[in-house]
Amino acid sequence: MPELKYWQAIRSALRDEMARDERVLVLGEDVAQPGGPFGATKGLLDEFGPSRVRDTPISEAAIMGAALGAAMTGLRPVAEIMFLDFMTLAADQLVNQAAKVSWMSGGRFHVPLVVRTICGNRRGTGPQHAQSLEAWLAHVPGLKVVWPSSPGDAYGLLKTAIRDDDPVVVVESLALWGSRGPVDEGADVPLGTAAVRQPGGDLTVAAWGATVPVALDAARHLADEGIGVEVVDVRSISPLDEATILASVAKTGRLVVVHDAVSPAGVGAEIAALAAGQGFDTLRAPVVRVTAPFAPVPFAKHLETAYYPQADDVVAAARRVLER
Amino acid sequence: MVDPYALYETMARIRSFETAASKLLAQTRIGGFLHLSIGQEAVAVGVCAALRRDDLISSTHRGHGHCIAKGGTVERMMAEMFGRESGYCKGRAGSLHIADPNAGILGANAIVGGGLPMGVGAALSAQVRGSDQVSAVFFGEGAVAEGVFHECLNLAGLWRLPVVFVCEHNSWAEMTPVTTHLAAPDVEEFAVPYRIASEVADGNDVLVVHDAASRAVARARAGEGPTLLVCRTYRWRGHFEGDPATYRDPDELAAWQERDPLRALREVLVAEDTSAAARLDALDAEAERAVQRAVEAAEAEPPAPVGTVVEDVYRAPLAIHGGAHA
Repeated sequence: MPELKYWQAIRSALRDEMARDERVLVLGEDVAQPGGPFGATKGLLDEFGPSRVRDTPISEAAIMGAALGAAMTGLRPVAEIMFLDFMTLAADQLVNQAAKVSWMSGGRFHVPLVVRTICGNRRGTGPQHAQSLEAWLAHVPGLKVVWPSSPGDAYGLLKTAIRDDDPVVVVESLALWGSRGPVDEGADVPLGTAAVRQPGGDLTVAAWGATVPVALDAARHLADEGIGVEVVDVRSISPLDEATILASVAKTGRLVVVHDAVSPAGVGAEIAALAAGQGFDTLRAPVVRVTAPFAPVPFAKHLETAYYPQADDVVAAARRVLER
Repeated sequence: MVDPYALYETMARIRSFETAASKLLAQTRIGGFLHLSIGQEAVAVGVCAALRRDDLISSTHRGHGHCIAKGGTVERMMAEMFGRESGYCKGRAGSLHIADPNAGILGANAIVGGGLPMGVGAALSAQVRGSDQVSAVFFGEGAVAEGVFHECLNLAGLWRLPVVFVCEHNSWAEMTPVTTHLAAPDVEEFAVPYRIASEVADGNDVLVVHDAASRAVARARAGEGPTLLVCRTYRWRGHFEGDPATYRDPDELAAWQERDPLRALREVLVAEDTSAAARLDALDAEAERAVQRAVEAAEAEPPAPVGTVVEDVYRAPLAIHGGAHA
């Protein structure tokens, strides 16, 4: 099994799917000749040519809408919206159009569209390149939303997304861009499934994207004290894998949710509601969320470090939950 | 050679459909927002008559005419307006969202300018697949003030996509006149910066529209890229049914009603052939009967079952979607 960096796994998935299926095309800003803003589409233009690998103008709405129209008429486009923040510029085409086409057309049209986008969290990219807007996306019926935390999932989830017949937004973490890990090209990573990264019996920590390594770091600290933390990599933001989350909570009775987005109306709240609703009888302590404060993302390193959840914050939250 | 009687027949069907819809809403037999295209029939019919069945259109909030002209049936459109499952959107989305892959209708659209990018995408798809399909994108001049208009003309110009941008220039953006909403009201001027072809047509003369659209479609099919086709026309009704349109001068409306696209074609045909009048009268009557039959059939159908509202959200739903939440 090859060991790849996160961005190499993305490139590898794109390459393999384009080679497998000539209906797959890649379009976006800087994706063809420059090979992607951070290298994830390097080599695709040479291998697949300018018809299927296209540099676009800086026109997010046109990128999204053109990909939508292409998806409705026989292609399987992978559109790149460079940063998740820029999704706001394509919001009509994604939210009002792509997400609703299947439903509005009575199921007669479908939209096999993948939108790749990068979240620049934890990399000093500031208030307009680092927002974690996954809750916005997850709130839209018709969209599927995933956020891989490892090279293996970056490959597997993108591959599954390209083969899926619905619009899927794949959020990628710039913070994980150079992280290395095994990539099993034959493995099936279904949408809508969470993964238990580390088993434990005392406490469940749910995380996704760049907070998964933070949760694992906290789990190592607590393991030194004999506390068993089960880390659930949510990875599918919509739909949530409710069964895996509930099974973990049923085992541990305690839940901490860690995310880089702000708290109010966030995905952490949704997971807490799941635990407090269907998981009520198994909970032994209040659910605690460890999140960014309700403020835009700062650029300066010391402010950014204070802003995002760190392993110490997760450990502190775990202690509070374990006191009950 | 296009058959002018076929053009008239389709315009008559649109006129009958829109007139019936207006009455049905006034009688509260149907509900929702209704934006009628009475007065603009020649643009929809002239353009769609220049297209093949497998060409594609994207439409607007004022889209009934486009859908009928492209091959949508009045039966299924009326069923949609009544909220019936046999409607194009299974009765759930309404007439603002008529779509039909079999007729090449990507969809009407409730967002001004919202259909332009998907129409460009259909043209991109044709280019990538090596098909000679053409995409026609309808929009009003109100959409020219939206950013996507400029993004789409730029992209289509850059990639020489087989698309015809059809501007139905009726001089009103909802309730605001073009003098208030466009710095450059002659929309064809926007073809210049994006280096694409342009055509200007009298949008109330279906033969003129058809000629201009045919040239644009031929260019697109031959790989010569997009055209911006601007058709000057006028909306007889308010922005939506219920809008009394007190903001505009009644003389302006009356002047345009003198240029009724159906009457204009009738005058041409009667001047050529004295027996035309009877033939056109028969087409008018048949159009009314067809719409009336569609109304009766739709009204007789049961409402779409409530449970269907959660269907088709996904093509490939995952087990967890729509699961019970505590």
